[in-house]
Amino acid sequence: MSDAALIYVRHRDKEESYLQHGHTLWSWLATTDHKRIGILYALSITFFFFIGGMAAGIVRIELMFPHGEFLSDDAYNRMFTLHGIIMVWFFLVPSIPTTLGNFMMPMMIGARDVAFPRLNLMSWYIFVIGACFAIFSIVAGGVDTGWTFYTPLSTMFSNGAVISAAAGVFIVGFSSIATGVNFITTVHMLRAPGMAWFRLPLFVWAIYATSLVMVLATPVLAMSLLLVMAERWLGMPIFNPANGGDPILFQHLFWFYSHPAVYIMVLPAMGVVSEVFACFARRRVFGYAMMVYAMMAIAVIGFFVWGHHMFVAGESQYANLIFSFLSFIVAVPSAIKVFNWTATLYRGQITFEAPLIYALGFLGLFTTGGLTGLFLASVPIDVHVTDTYFVVAHFHYIMVGGSVSAFFAGLHFWWPKITGRLYSEAWARFAAIVMFLGFNTTFMPQFIMGYGGMPRRYHVYPPEFQVWHVMSSVGGIVLFVAYTLPLIYLTWSLFYGKKAGANPWGATGLEWQTASPPPKDNFEALPRVKAAPYAYHPDREAPDPDKREPETMQGEMP
Amino acid sequence: MSDASPLLREPWPSLERQKVAVSFGMWVFIASEVLFFGGLFLAYTVYRHLDAEAFKAAARETEVFYGATNTAVLLTSSLTMAMAVKASEEGLRRMTLWCLGTTAALGLAFLVIKGFEYHSDLEKGLWPGPDFPLHPAATQLFWAFYWIATGIHAVHLTVGIGIVTVIAVQLKRGTLPVEATRFEGVALYWHLVDTIWIFLLPMLYLVGRA
Amino acid sequence: MTGAFPPEASVYAGQWDRLFAVLATVSALVVLLIFLLIVGFSIRYRRGSRAPRGFLPEIITNELELTWTSATAIAFLFLFWWAAVQQLHNIVPPKNAIELHVVAKQWMWKVQQPNGVREINELHAPVGRPVRLIMTSQDVIHSLFLPALRLKQDVLPGRYTYLWFTADKPGVYHLLCAELCGTEHSRMTGRLVLMTPADYARWSAAQPGAENLAADGEKLFRSFGCSGCHAPGANVHAPDLDGVFGRKVHTADDRTVTADEAYLRDSILLPQKDVVAGFKPIMPSFQGIVNDDAMVKLIAYLKSLSAGTRP
Repeated sequence: MSDAALIYVRHRDKEESYLQHGHTLWSWLATTDHKRIGILYALSITFFFFIGGMAAGIVRIELMFPHGEFLSDDAYNRMFTLHGIIMVWFFLVPSIPTTLGNFMMPMMIGARDVAFPRLNLMSWYIFVIGACFAIFSIVAGGVDTGWTFYTPLSTMFSNGAVISAAAGVFIVGFSSIATGVNFITTVHMLRAPGMAWFRLPLFVWAIYATSLVMVLATPVLAMSLLLVMAERWLGMPIFNPANGGDPILFQHLFWFYSHPAVYIMVLPAMGVVSEVFACFARRRVFGYAMMVYAMMAIAVIGFFVWGHHMFVAGESQYANLIFSFLSFIVAVPSAIKVFNWTATLYRGQITFEAPLIYALGFLGLFTTGGLTGLFLASVPIDVHVTDTYFVVAHFHYIMVGGSVSAFFAGLHFWWPKITGRLYSEAWARFAAIVMFLGFNTTFMPQFIMGYGGMPRRYHVYPPEFQVWHVMSSVGGIVLFVAYTLPLIYLTWSLFYGKKAGANPWGATGLEWQTASPPPKDNFEALPRVKAAPYAYHPDREAPDPDKREPETMQGEMP
Repeated sequence: MSDASPLLREPWPSLERQKVAVSFGMWVFIASEVLFFGGLFLAYTVYRHLDAEAFKAAARETEVFYGATNTAVLLTSSLTMAMAVKASEEGLRRMTLWCLGTTAALGLAFLVIKGFEYHSDLEKGLWPGPDFPLHPAATQLFWAFYWIATGIHAVHLTVGIGIVTVIAVQLKRGTLPVEATRFEGVALYWHLVDTIWIFLLPMLYLVGRA
Repeated sequence: MTGAFPPEASVYAGQWDRLFAVLATVSALVVLLIFLLIVGFSIRYRRGSRAPRGFLPEIITNELELTWTSATAIAFLFLFWWAAVQQLHNIVPPKNAIELHVVAKQWMWKVQQPNGVREINELHAPVGRPVRLIMTSQDVIHSLFLPALRLKQDVLPGRYTYLWFTADKPGVYHLLCAELCGTEHSRMTGRLVLMTPADYARWSAAQPGAENLAADGEKLFRSFGCSGCHAPGANVHAPDLDGVFGRKVHTADDRTVTADEAYLRDSILLPQKDVVAGFKPIMPSFQGIVNDDAMVKLIAYLKSLSAGTRP
């Protein structure tokens, strides 16, 4: 084994971080370093976050008035479709896995890189090619089918750029699959000696579970979009009722992916939050094994609930019952996780840095959003609120209140490791609180008007809903501020921030046992894992508030 | 001990692990392909269940001769691909080259035969559209599947031929040694393409002909 | 509250509102509990505070996990059961429902009353008796949304879907399209007008265009040539249509289907689909010849053959 370690030890006169290893543009565009690829992805998804966010801003401004003031019907349809497609496939699905996952996961298991570094780079290029198709479809006038591409609207009636938008999503799906294959192989094959499965940090488990879902669900989306493109471009009658085709078949294929997709979006967030709670409460995560089983249960059961998107689509009531039942069941592991995170705070030694504030925001908002999922799982209520703002509020609570909060938590938590700099704690805390308040102001009114009967995807609406829409739009402005602030102070910290040491938070993971920023090969020499994760303080005594060091780090450096 | 060989790539600690990982990764990818074609096969199954008579009538127009010949060609190519892997494991460079070349050639033969078949189908007017020669309308659904399924299969096969050709050329030129870790991964992919065809054969050619 | 709770216009809307209220209360309590725990722990266990911090014995942690896992599972199963029971009660409409036909097209709603009266973007119905809507679309998927009744059903091309309700509060309510259907989706709205039975009877009699759908259907049955094969005494061997509606039909490929509206529609437009056992598949398709209007009349006529009341 020491032979293997010797191969990679290079004799250096001075320490060189991954950032200094090559300064040309080509050294970035041809990199196979998972850390640089993580940064390439981070730049891409940030770009798309602001594009999708601008579309949301325009939608919210339009919705302040009930008579369709600024946008034509077609323009409005294209605007919310743009928002959905960009945010789901070009921001959320890649976000945590390709940025934080790419950067951190190999270090957390004690590896030098992912299993297939060149495939990793190819994943990013495939993403970029898909993005080009998406941008082309925007420039060509946009799509008006909603991000859900329902047939026969998308295949036979829409006069938007359906094919190029679908092609963009199709291509980006393969980026997802390639990343999933890479991560699964990495976790199986590249764990450092001593890193048993049940010593893996929960973030690694989360990335692993997410990758399983990415690999198994995304191909079905690819096929459903391929069939839409075939029908629209080649005239192949697949979903055309005049030929005996069934438009509902598209919905089955689409939702078979798109429900697990929401777990692709939330599982990594759960992983991040587990890391943050443990570190800032100075306490191991409560019920580690249950947390692992819960994530795997969510990943598996999540494949069997897609029918709850189709309760009013004309399905048999008995099928609806089965999907309703399974949808209630899939909520149980999520509830377990919420209790366990809360219990992690118990008897901790808590400090309130920005990552923890974002994580606490996640906890509250995810719980709220998840509970409203129960409403949607019960068929009679869903019949009333499906296709209304109730559903819009539900998924934004989880995806934005949940996943985006967690993304910011992870970004701040690992910022010192990635950049070697400390951000401004005061500004970060302020932004986190503004985000929480702005988010609730934006989306809580939407639950209310959804139950009141305000349908989705409407820009001309009954005037009794205007008061809620105005409230929501005002919240949106606050959210915009909250998202712009990190862009400013994080960028500022890159140039003027204090230099961070290897382990500014006193965290236990392997990634904190190497320099900040890390060297190109992650570790000077491969560590040996000697402990379970999160050994922050000895169980038998009170943790000393004056000592930030944990009781045991996870790895032993040779 | 070839651990420090030029084949060893970052981040692998040993060549053996790297080799296992390539196959493992390919299997995971194959799982995604199963789901990909699975979606298509599901749609086919649903429609066939809804209108079995139309599917039978439509499938009668497929040409079993082409289908059977192509099956024999592709199965043989899988044999030569498996032989290539075994040869590479034994260090038999020329044998490996010969088998890879035959595999690619058989793959190309498949595509050529398919081309003739497509030509024949188009001459019979079997492209879904307003002038479709068969009735009832659901026969167009079958033929839509035929074109899409065989088309996607052909795309996968073409990619496979490309990869096999590239590694054969690399092996010939000496830039890829015969102990390389990638042969098994490529073979797995080739067998996947073959297996998909084995599903397509009864779905498209043998309906109502049993 | 404006726009918060829609008016309750039916017997069942109240039931669902109650389920919603219970769920909302339970959710609020859970969120409150979590919030209080978070705030409580954050204050008590903030760094440097003097609260005890020893370890928790494993048996307590295991018991805690087991307790809240089981409690959650049981609570969720109970909620499922409650919702499911309500759902199951409402699957089958009562037999004496009056039937309205709804055709959705980009971007309007066409409604036809049982006596043939047509409406655009309005649906008049009586309170106090079951109303059944038989719906189809002429183009894309739409969805009929009646918030006051807490009801919604997607309206599909090439198929019939159904909605039924018994309303109890006369008034004018929103009627909305709830499935993105193209450019004017937000404008595809109308009025649900619920009236007392007396008012409804008066209204429908006073409308121009009242027709006898079944009598019209009989004329079409002859003019389209259906009677050429299906009338008793025809030369061609074709299934007898007396009493066909609601009958169980045995098909050529050994299935048993019920002859409902969807079956009748398919038999006319896609006759190869469910060929009756013992008959050859020689019926031509009337796709493009029989449009949705004519279909409504033909089906009304065929239904009348069951009831034994030839018009």
